[in-house]
Amino acid sequence: MTDAPTIGGFVLGEEIHRGGMASLRAATHPDHPGPILLKLPKLAGGEDPAAIVGFEMEQMILPRLTGPHVPRCHGIGHDPMPFIAMERIEATSLLPLLERLPRPIEEVVAIAAAVADALDSLHRQGVVHLDIKPSNILRRADGQVVLVDFGLSHHAELPDLMAEEFRLPYGTAPYMAPEQIMGIRGDPASDLFALGCLMYFFTTGRRPFGDPQRLKGLKRRLWWDPVPPRALRPDCPPWLQETILRCLEVAPAARHGSAAQLGFDLRHPAQVGLTQRAERLARDPWTTRLRRRFNPDHQPRLARSIAAPQEDAPIIAVAIDLDATTPAMAEALRSMVRQVLATVPGARVACLNVLRTRLLLPDAETDAGGHNRHLQRLLDLRHWSTPLALPDQRLTHHVLEATGPAAALLDYAAQNRVDHIILGARADGLGRRVLGSVSAEVARDAPCSVTVVRVR
Amino acid sequence: MRIALLADIHANLEALDACLAHAAAQRVERLVFLGDLVGYGADPVAVLDRIRPLLDAGALALRGNHDEAALFGPTGFSTDAATAARWTAAQLDAPARALLEALPLTINEDDRLYTHADASNPADFRYVTDERSARRSLGGTAARLTFCGHTHDPMLFGLGAADRLALHRPPADVPMPLLPSRRWLAVIGAVGQPRDGNPAACYGLLDTTAATCAWMRLPYDIAKAAAKIRAAGLPPRLADRLFEGL
Repeated sequence: MTDAPTIGGFVLGEEIHRGGMASLRAATHPDHPGPILLKLPKLAGGEDPAAIVGFEMEQMILPRLTGPHVPRCHGIGHDPMPFIAMERIEATSLLPLLERLPRPIEEVVAIAAAVADALDSLHRQGVVHLDIKPSNILRRADGQVVLVDFGLSHHAELPDLMAEEFRLPYGTAPYMAPEQIMGIRGDPASDLFALGCLMYFFTTGRRPFGDPQRLKGLKRRLWWDPVPPRALRPDCPPWLQETILRCLEVAPAARHGSAAQLGFDLRHPAQVGLTQRAERLARDPWTTRLRRRFNPDHQPRLARSIAAPQEDAPIIAVAIDLDATTPAMAEALRSMVRQVLATVPGARVACLNVLRTRLLLPDAETDAGGHNRHLQRLLDLRHWSTPLALPDQRLTHHVLEATGPAAALLDYAAQNRVDHIILGARADGLGRRVLGSVSAEVARDAPCSVTVVRVR
Repeated sequence: MRIALLADIHANLEALDACLAHAAAQRVERLVFLGDLVGYGADPVAVLDRIRPLLDAGALALRGNHDEAALFGPTGFSTDAATAARWTAAQLDAPARALLEALPLTINEDDRLYTHADASNPADFRYVTDERSARRSLGGTAARLTFCGHTHDPMLFGLGAADRLALHRPPADVPMPLLPSRRWLAVIGAVGQPRDGNPAACYGLLDTTAATCAWMRLPYDIAKAAAKIRAAGLPPRLADRLFEGL
């Protein structure tokens, strides 16, 4: 019997993958049940220095990441050679999908929403991936996405060895954001740009900026706008074009405020605020492009930093109990929303109302007077929010049909990565004593901050 | 093993006690005092009395330029620093002087070098403040990891395979990875007189197993330490600066 080779206590198995910068081997370890991957850098002669530095970056970043959207790190080591031991994810990457493009619209949207969830989790941990592309996105059987390969990533708190060692930008040409090409690392919006490229590619079958091999070709995307997706794919809905082209905005600040906000749009197509982006069927005229080309002001600048990841662009949900809200409570809720918006101008507001459905009796869609109840609720919500004077892109309205208001609000908050729930306290009375307080239940179980507003 | 690195205590008993209590709660197994135990602050004898039993129990301590000035007189000091050094010298009793006289300038331990200042010439007490001075210090030792103080300003320098040196400003309380593939020079901020704009006491928490070092920042009773400085008749500026961390 021959002993299998080991590195740092990990028993090596077969080689799974050999890439340009590292190889992956199956491994096992007595202390870590389940399949393990060992990543080993290619250190043979003539190696790319970026391969070594990228490996060092991943050795620093991966052990600090948590959650379902990254492989769990089982350890790193350097003796007798550098390695990273991680959970082997039972999932395939998006790479095989490229063989059959374009993809169905629903599939593009579902994948993009799952990637946005993963990016939201990553960005909240202070990390920008900076190499989002099909081969680095694994999809589990249930659709959940796991991101891999953090060799080019930027961590807000750790030394950025890539930035120190290399003057030229590193990344994958078709997916690199303009600011990344200009050497700016650390803006989470760069990952949204890459996801926009992926959505465009999957929707149209064409890469929005091709696959340039030289810096000059890469820089073209600073002024050269891609053909609108609907010109290539007529059944691409306007809201999806709006979403894709917003991701592809040259200025990072013009893209979605956060990955969670992008995911929100992908899950609520009807609520996407449409601009002229949604209807365009042709690129800008060549004169416009040339003006951008030679305009020194048309250059992305690092105006934002990830040091406070995404804190400036939260999603705020306001629950309005239309049946019981007094004018005083309605104004108190608006006042609280205004206070929050004053401190975080990038926030977006989702106005929620729960329409109770009965378990046994199917509800009539129209009430005794013949009004559509759901529609009426939406109109009531809009009426409530009008004084806030928020633009469509930052304000949405949702009527949730459910049997229990607290559970509906909690589900909504979890699914949509809501950062802050604002709701009114129920007035004293029989209802509160018998049914308990919705606000108390929400405050106890919410996955985020909760503000309970009281009229005084 | 967890090691607490305490630099530039400067006779600030309140700051020292805050750091020692925190380090104990972190289950630190070893204490290393990176020099300048005294000078500036009002408690030189009390600080040395606190440190003496720790040394007997295995802690390491180095000599800094202010320790030397308290023994042999200040040279090249600012007016306030020289005033404080002469005041300190007058406070020291025989056991305190004996403790300071016995301190070495550097200590090597495994792949680590402890020094108060630039390692290329420890007796010269040169500052490590930028890439150039860091490179000079790294050139003066074969140790993979160097830990020093002296500047009262937290910094981390990393030297990569391609011989590129980079400066990082370590954030407070975050373990920074000291990758074994690189050489590192860690400038630990001051326990007793921070100068990076943050008045909180600073000490280094090194984890040799995880290969990380964190620059821990702790609140302490600044008002009490400052009041003692004023009461001792030391330059009032030395009390005021503790509140500003400058």
